[in-house]
Amino acid sequence: MPTLAEVNVGDELPAQSFPLQRLNLIQYCGASGDFNVIHWNERIATMVGLPNVIAHGMLTMAEAGRVLTDWAGDPGRVVKYGTRFTKPVVVPDDDKGATVDVSAVVTEKGEDGTVTVELTATCDGSKVLGKAFGVIKLPAS
Amino acid sequence: MPINKDFIGKSYPASPPYLVGREKIREFATAIGDNNPAFHSVEAAQALGYSDVIAPPTFAFAVAFSTMAAAIGDPDLGIDYRFVVHGEEHFEYARPIIAGDELVVINTIEEINYVRSNEMMTVRQDLQTVDGEHVVTARNTLVSRGTAPAEEA
Repeated sequence: MPTLAEVNVGDELPAQSFPLQRLNLIQYCGASGDFNVIHWNERIATMVGLPNVIAHGMLTMAEAGRVLTDWAGDPGRVVKYGTRFTKPVVVPDDDKGATVDVSAVVTEKGEDGTVTVELTATCDGSKVLGKAFGVIKLPAS
Repeated sequence: MPINKDFIGKSYPASPPYLVGREKIREFATAIGDNNPAFHSVEAAQALGYSDVIAPPTFAFAVAFSTMAAAIGDPDLGIDYRFVVHGEEHFEYARPIIAGDELVVINTIEEINYVRSNEMMTVRQDLQTVDGEHVVTARNTLVSRGTAPAEEA
């Protein structure tokens, strides 16, 4: 687990890629309780103007959050986490689905023992999260 | 019909208690593909100083979401969910959610405003234990696409 002393502004957290297929969306529907039809029904998703079934924004946020919690060691050290949902992650019904690529960089060290991390999440090269950030409270040493 | 701005500032009574189950946390962590031992193993969570497995940060949404319809499904508020997408989500944690927590959610409508033809509504969701200990504050911004009144758009 990193300590405040050894972390510097500009440090990159280990980047991760998260593959998402239809099964993952259905599993997330059940686990989260969000059964919005656009996350599992292609007929209705396209009827309301979407290119195809899309992942829950909160599923994308959950995946991106793993970059924070894996780095923090103790996931309970994440004291703030926020994002905008700027572009849907489209998950086609094929053997490939979609992949969300997440990178993260330390942008601030606070006086209060926290570090702020900015997250970048892309799918097919387009940003899917906007102003995504986490604040993590680290031990001093 | 646009969203009724008279609801800005309205706070709803606390939801019925939500008992956070260990298996529910494991199910949620598995659904997001997260094998972090703190979410699955009681021993691993205890080694970090927690009494039981802790929940991934975004699990707070699942708890809050379960209470949202009861709070803002009010027909006088005038939201048509067919037009709604998730715009933003922010969490502030006093501590992680831990298996065994019995949580209530207090929903408060903080903001309703128009951005071009869209309406944005931000709901603050305070998650606290039945004993009144604050655990998480979530802010959920919903976007109602194309429903803003033309004269104010």
